[in-house]
Amino acid sequence: MAPLVPASQPWVEKYRPRQVKDVAHQEEVIRVLTNTLQTADLPHMLFYGPPGTGKTTTALAIAHQLYGPELYKSRVLELNASDDRGINVVRTKIKDFAAIAVGSQKKAGYPCPPYKIIILDEADSMTEDAQNALRRTMETYSKVTRIIEPLASRCAKFRFKPLSEEVMSNRIMHICNEEGLNLDAQALSTLSAISQGDLRRAITYLQSAARLYGSSISSSDLISVSGVIPEDVVKSLLAACRSGEFDVMNKEVSNIIADGYPVSQLISQFLDVIVSADDIPDEQKARICRKLGETDKCLVDGADEYLQLLDVASETIRALFNMPQGLVF
Amino acid sequence: MLWVDKYRPKTLDKVTVHDQIAQNLRKLVSEQDCPHLLFYGPSGSGKKTLILALIKQMFGAGAEKTGTRTLELELAMLSSAHHVEMNPSDAGFQDRYVVQEVIKEMAKNRPIDAKGKRAFKVLVLNEVDKLSREAQHSLRRTMEKYSSSCRLILCCNSSSKVTEAVRSRCLNVRVNAPSEDQIIQVLEFIGKKENLHLPAGFAARIAAQSNRNLRRAILFFETCKVQQYPFTSNQVAPPLDWEQYVSEIATDILTEQSPKRLYAVRQKFYELLVNCIPPETILKKLLAELMKKLDADLKHEICRWAAHYVSKQSGNNFAVSRSTHLYQFSWVRCQFLLLVSIQVL
Repeated sequence: MAPLVPASQPWVEKYRPRQVKDVAHQEEVIRVLTNTLQTADLPHMLFYGPPGTGKTTTALAIAHQLYGPELYKSRVLELNASDDRGINVVRTKIKDFAAIAVGSQKKAGYPCPPYKIIILDEADSMTEDAQNALRRTMETYSKVTRIIEPLASRCAKFRFKPLSEEVMSNRIMHICNEEGLNLDAQALSTLSAISQGDLRRAITYLQSAARLYGSSISSSDLISVSGVIPEDVVKSLLAACRSGEFDVMNKEVSNIIADGYPVSQLISQFLDVIVSADDIPDEQKARICRKLGETDKCLVDGADEYLQLLDVASETIRALFNMPQGLVF
Repeated sequence: MLWVDKYRPKTLDKVTVHDQIAQNLRKLVSEQDCPHLLFYGPSGSGKKTLILALIKQMFGAGAEKTGTRTLELELAMLSSAHHVEMNPSDAGFQDRYVVQEVIKEMAKNRPIDAKGKRAFKVLVLNEVDKLSREAQHSLRRTMEKYSSSCRLILCCNSSSKVTEAVRSRCLNVRVNAPSEDQIIQVLEFIGKKENLHLPAGFAARIAAQSNRNLRRAILFFETCKVQQYPFTSNQVAPPLDWEQYVSEIATDILTEQSPKRLYAVRQKFYELLVNCIPPETILKKLLAELMKKLDADLKHEICRWAAHYVSKQSGNNFAVSRSTHLYQFSWVRCQFLLLVSIQVL
């Protein structure tokens, strides 16, 4: 790849740890991996965990530490969801790559073990057929991979856990220092809260906010960048529901849709408000929560946002005023 | 030229409705780089206008000379030396191919003529919310890996339908629909430019009719102009014919609930579907029409069923199943109304 213009690189890439030992917060994984790196004897590996916890980073770091930059190209095959990964690719590309024997050339300073590595990123989005086709390849030619059961049983599993607030803050402060940013304590805790243990998301928000608002960032800047819905919007929706008037509620819902707030986000924040409201009896809460769950599923399936939100709000009214459940045909 | 195009702000400085967003975008451009962007908001709120103005600001006049070309896949796109604009969901079930092959290929190649200006080009993808899940997954790594030579600007109506993974890689820009006051301002501005005399309250009426959709408001305005000028004080833009048709259906459903009427309503639904009105739109409009004439208890029930059937019929794209669901939908409604009317009697 041509040399990068440093400024135009996302910080997520810029501050991606290059060494396994630099990966934050995954102590157990790192301890095991540094040992295996010393002996250069790798099993098949399956990394799993929530997004933004360092899975891809670790896989790339292992490969780099084993081979160094020069041999990397010929020894490592990186396939991710942006590549076509149907069964054909597994049968031809992966198998061919795995079948070629490696030379014994070595580079000073790197272990260069006599095998190759295949990194299959986002393996859970591979088709089941393709995963099945992988089974034999993995046994016959031994490499790093990640989930159908037969695949999982052939791999050493490494669980990546969500980052704790403290670790995240450290990392963020490190980047802030490097980039000359000014972040107060409140903004820092907001950032940790809205990114929910996902370091990549936190860094992206930080970079976006830095671009938009300059070097000193407040917590409200971060909220506007992250797409989190302001508290009073959610509150006013609940207030409209409490009024019990369908038309008032309908108007509020139309306004929210016209303002372009993402409904899936709104629903999860609405849930928080409902759950933490003290004056709503448990039974009503349960009824509303059930509706929220159903709606979330519908939204994931791609249903219309306005109708779904209206449905939620209407059910909320019915629950709050103890109206009977709707008819079932 | 339609007024909608004629009075579209060409640069970020001229954007009036979303001046706050425009200001932020200007700041983004003035620094040498910009992140991936995701614009979301209801239709007619000005997403496309902002995107075009942003590109113009980035690359100057060169970005205005666009040409169209077609791929082997029947996918039309609009491209200039600096940016490419396309609508990948048009490729239907082949959208994954488009993302994996076409977009990746474009993202890989660095722009030839950098001239020290900007070392990246811009890909504008419209309607990303209509992309299949696989295609969206395929976007993820492309966005990271080729970020040095390419920036993606995504544009969609509802960001709920865009996967979390894609959203977290972008700077999200929420474009809210303009308020009625803002629409009135724009209409008055256009009226002044066109040397028209607006009677008092005329702009306000159009704004109210437009449902906070600026594009529709301007189109209404132009229709009124064609229809009759000088404007009379009580002139209203004629409603769209399909909307009228839907409100007829609503009256039909409400006046009589019998199998015979159901059959007639079904015919009308088919008529609308044949004319390519998307079922979701029909349902929403029908719901709004029914809401006007029902009492509160029924409203809850009706909106529950509307939500139910909309979520049922999304997901599969076949007109047949859509109409079946619609049929079922109207059936349930009629039956329900029947039940209620019997109860009332």
